Amino acid sequence: MSAAIRIQQVSKRFGSTQALDRVDLEVQQGEFFGLLGPNGAGKTTLISALAGLVRADAGSLFVMDHDVQGDYRAARRHLGVVPQELVFDPFFTVRESLKIQSGYFGIGDNDDWIDEILENLGLTSKADANMRMLSGGMKRRVLVAQALVHRPPVIVLDEPTAGVDVELRQTLWAFIRRLNEAGHTIVLTTHYLEEAENLCTRIAMLKAGRVVALDTTANLLRRFSAHALRLRTGGTLPAELAREGAESGGWWSIPFDGFDQVEPLLARIRAAGCRIDDLEIGKPDLEEVFVRVMQGQAG
Amino acid sequence: MRHGFSTLLYKEVLRFWKVASQTVAAPVLTALLYLLIFSHVLEGHVKVHGVAYTAFLIPGLVMMSVLQNAFANSSSSLIQSKVTGNIVFVLLPPISYLEFFLAYVLASVVRGVVVGAGVLLATFWFAPLSFAEPLWILVFALMGGAILGSLGVIAGIWADKFDQLAAFQNFLIMPLTFLSGVFYSINSLPPFWQRVSHWNPVFYMIDGFRHGFFGVSDASPWLSLAVAGACLALLTVFTLNLLKRGYKLRA
Ligand SMILES: Nc1ncnc2c1ncn2[C@@H]1O[C@H](COP(=O)(O)OP(=O)(O)O)[C@@H](O)[C@H]1O
Ligand SMILES: [Mg+2]
Repeated sequence: MSAAIRIQQVSKRFGSTQALDRVDLEVQQGEFFGLLGPNGAGKTTLISALAGLVRADAGSLFVMDHDVQGDYRAARRHLGVVPQELVFDPFFTVRESLKIQSGYFGIGDNDDWIDEILENLGLTSKADANMRMLSGGMKRRVLVAQALVHRPPVIVLDEPTAGVDVELRQTLWAFIRRLNEAGHTIVLTTHYLEEAENLCTRIAMLKAGRVVALDTTANLLRRFSAHALRLRTGGTLPAELAREGAESGGWWSIPFDGFDQVEPLLARIRAAGCRIDDLEIGKPDLEEVFVRVMQGQAG
Repeated sequence: MRHGFSTLLYKEVLRFWKVASQTVAAPVLTALLYLLIFSHVLEGHVKVHGVAYTAFLIPGLVMMSVLQNAFANSSSSLIQSKVTGNIVFVLLPPISYLEFFLAYVLASVVRGVVVGAGVLLATFWFAPLSFAEPLWILVFALMGGAILGSLGVIAGIWADKFDQLAAFQNFLIMPLTFLSGVFYSINSLPPFWQRVSHWNPVFYMIDGFRHGFFGVSDASPWLSLAVAGACLALLTVFTLNLLKRGYKLRA
């Protein structure tokens, strides 16, 4: 089976900024893939290169085995992109926008699918409203809908939930999950790391245009984050324990690998005569992975 | 015909039609005002090629409206899409640069011809008009619209801001169209300005268009056709090259 997305040695420079630096990445069909990284890491540039909005200086990109330059028609037919910027055409209603977008992809009669998208995104009641009249969240839904009119097998969402209320986030993710279960490949960038952790089976982390981590979400969590004993203490923690852990905001965090290590840890604290004021068990999370990868502790 | 192309053409026509009071009615009114003022001042004093001044003026105003509105359509649509960012909606689909070019230019021709027809309807009862060689009327209206539509595509792609587009319009398009014999026959000009006018391609478009009405003109309509054809070919090649390279549209 061909890869949904294949990115080979792609570089892109804007003036003095190296936005992408020899990026290699492959996303398999059916994956729910996360592309993470701080602002300016190059996520949007990479997506734009894939969509043909930006021309790579070097390297090649394929969507379902179609070269995005050489075979751009097929590549674009297989790709749906939700842009990061909240753009819309103020001249048209929601339904007009979707019909026009369908036409651009060569689809004449698309009413049934448009109705289904509208329904799934909670847009049915706004179908005949002018785009100008919609709230930001509603405009974002239309952007998602526009990316889906041609039923693309590969769907890329560039920060689709930025500045969006909880309800929409849930509606959106439920819909995207269903599309993923139906076989669509999903690539997602987001600032909400718990979103990525819950949704994505594999994650790439980008920093200054380079891929600095690429693994399954489970492996990343295992490698860079662990269960930790989190505690607040009245006294000072013994030095050897303090070395194992880290302190932030009055809370100490001491990582451990297995739950059988919890009792010995507590025993050592008690033996050092340290009083425990508060205690909890912290789970591995992507936030910690992200921070550690970005600090350059990638293995 | 490819669906992507026809949809883009439809969308571009719908775009101006939805705001027809600004894009059609307003320019028709402007042309009507020119007619009322200039014919009031000059009618009875001036005859051109044996044609009464008002009758002479009408085709000029019609063609000027065709040209200016064709330019306005593609240029303003593109700059608006670029500034608001919704240009991505046409850049993401599998639309070729040739389809892109044809759709924007044809929509400009439609806008130009609609406004031109409106101006003709609003003005033709002010003077007895003839339609001596109607095929020329059609040919020059379509070619002129396409030429200015292509120029509009170039300007819309090149300009990053609205004031750059306004500069293009005010310092290039307006002088070219106003100094092209819309309001006078260039034969009435001093020799130096006659020679200058012969370097203005818009002069030939207006002259050829007018020839279709009266059967007389400053230049031969065949010469005008050759000039307009050359302009259109040149601009088409230039614009297609810009689009193919993705100039300012695909970074
Ligand atoms: N069109 C452009 N012109 C100049 N610089 C750009 C352009 N697009 C992106 N950049 C720069 O490239 C880098 C990567 O940007 P971007 O891909 O938007 O990052 P991200 O989406 O990860 O926040 C940034 O430094 C940004 O300023
Ligand atoms: Mg971005």
